[in-house]
Amino acid sequence: MLHHSDATKGTAMLERTVLIGSTNGLHARPAKLFSQAAAAAGIPVTLTKTGGKTVNAASILGVISLGIGHGDEVTLAADGDTAETLLDELARLLLIDHDA
Amino acid sequence: MELQGIGIGQGVVVGRVVRMPDPLPDPVAAPSALTPAEEGVRVAAALSAVAADLLARAARAGGVAGEVLEAQSMMAEDPSLVDDVTLRLAAGATAERAVFEAFAAFRDMLTGLGGYLAERAGDLDDVSQRVVARLFGVSAPGVPDRGHPFILVARDLAPADTATLDLSQVLGLITLDGGPTSHTAILAREKSIVAIVRTNGAGDLTDGDEVILDAANNLVITSPRADQLVEAHARVAARAARALAPLSPGRLADGTPIPLLSNLGSADGAASALALGAEGVGLFRTEFLFLDAATAPTVAEQRAEYERMLRAFPGKKVVVRALDAGADKPLAFLNNAREENPALGLRGLRALRASEQILRDQLEALAQADAATDADLWVMAPMVATVEETRYFVALARELGLKTAGVMIEIPAAALLADRILQHADFASIGTNDLTQYTLAADRLLGSVAAFQDPWNPAVLRLVAEVGAAGAALGKPVGVCGEAAADPLLAVVLVGLGATSLSMSASALADVRTVLADFTSEQARLLAELALAAEDAASAREVVTTQAAKFLDSSSRCEPSLTAHPRKVLK
Repeated sequence: MLHHSDATKGTAMLERTVLIGSTNGLHARPAKLFSQAAAAAGIPVTLTKTGGKTVNAASILGVISLGIGHGDEVTLAADGDTAETLLDELARLLLIDHDA
Repeated sequence: MELQGIGIGQGVVVGRVVRMPDPLPDPVAAPSALTPAEEGVRVAAALSAVAADLLARAARAGGVAGEVLEAQSMMAEDPSLVDDVTLRLAAGATAERAVFEAFAAFRDMLTGLGGYLAERAGDLDDVSQRVVARLFGVSAPGVPDRGHPFILVARDLAPADTATLDLSQVLGLITLDGGPTSHTAILAREKSIVAIVRTNGAGDLTDGDEVILDAANNLVITSPRADQLVEAHARVAARAARALAPLSPGRLADGTPIPLLSNLGSADGAASALALGAEGVGLFRTEFLFLDAATAPTVAEQRAEYERMLRAFPGKKVVVRALDAGADKPLAFLNNAREENPALGLRGLRALRASEQILRDQLEALAQADAATDADLWVMAPMVATVEETRYFVALARELGLKTAGVMIEIPAAALLADRILQHADFASIGTNDLTQYTLAADRLLGSVAAFQDPWNPAVLRLVAEVGAAGAALGKPVGVCGEAAADPLLAVVLVGLGATSLSMSASALADVRTVLADFTSEQARLLAELALAAEDAASAREVVTTQAAKFLDSSSRCEPSLTAHPRKVLK
């Protein structure tokens, strides 16, 4: 499940809200793959767990500490020219079931 | 000088010791003499060096271990962590203290989340220790790398240490703590490493000391004399020769067959067990296949693993234990509840019964694997306490098409009612580690009560005798699959008490095979009676050792094998 919601509250920030696909949630290997990709992007990306806190997506410790489980709803946000493709790529990583 | 400990196995080795670095002291919370910027440079250098080192290790390790090391490398340079450290430096902390506190804060957060995440806290602690060690300019904690083989001296080995242990570099292990069933002891048996645990005075050994590690006699000899070195080298050679002796089936001196089987956690160990003469598998610990699984394994996944094991032993007996979630090896999908006394909690068959579908799936997978292979498959339930549980398990196994179903005897209640339990079960297998723990009411994982964990205790032996007698009366096989079976002289006593087969780490097979062949059934029974009549474990061992030496002296055999351990016999 993936829906675009280009935020319109006075910023150019792009957002993607997705449901986590990995059976065991976003720990260990899936978290590592996700943070590696976010760190490689070169622009700041945040990850927010719905109803929880917001962390730097490039921080594996931050991502793990959200305690995200299978089916949880999270929102990615980034800013800038490359944000669109980057968020699509990161959202895809969150949707895959890495543990399948 | 001689240091006393608890020897694991029958080995002896001569070598120089290397001490495992002690855990680092916590960095003190004193204000830094450097500026935050200067401390920041130190932190950045240490973090990137540790990250690079972990990444290099990840590449060498590969597989799952490599993935964990790679994740640890990312933790070392994590941006959130760096932000946190920077804030602490700005407040005047030293680099060491800032790193220590920042990692601790993340560690506490993971621990607070519980479950799987709490287990990752250890990974984070390891990274923290590496970075702080680098800042202090000392060796990182963990197993040292010297480039030549050595005898490792440690307080105790953590599972993480044992996983990264380069066995080609370790001649032997000496630990100050731990007991005969600690991680160190289990690893030593599995990998045939000469080891001694709970060694008094081992803390005074220093790097480079030459020692004789004599596990057979529960000793470490420091500054050995020339004649002691000659004797030790001769024993090393004699034991190596014994390991090369022809592999015959286990039997007593009068020809009574006592099949010698191997304990295995997966089919990976099958080839080496067969090479050491295992006549089958006496304990297949299926839970070891699924320790890291968050959800129950599927029937297909299980069937593949079981087939792999059964195919390795065509025509031979393979005794499979149903998933045994326990205090020391939790299975998240079976029982994730926090219990005050996990050893007395919902574990073994109790946990399986509470999630019956998991048990049904496992038995179904076993039945499918059995149908596709030629091994002689036996299944058994762990931690059975009552006759009713026995009937439940046996009925379920039969319903799912398994021919031979038995129970493990690990709880004194089950041993005492073995005559009734064996009316229903096809066989019994005695787990001496847990049976000892429950008989002496001493946690087998707790170092401070490790002295109680001695299967020579006549109370434990009396329970074994109950099971042996019930098996003999009903014509049902009684195996022993605890570590007790790996102690050659105790193995003879267990046979005297009625054990009809013995299962152990494959590394112990050669010693047990040789010693069993020195005694007749009648002698084994007499030795068992002496042990049963003793007051405690030490005197049981002593009286049996003395009488065994007399039997050997009076027999016409010209090469009694026990003379290889003169101290143990002639005490």
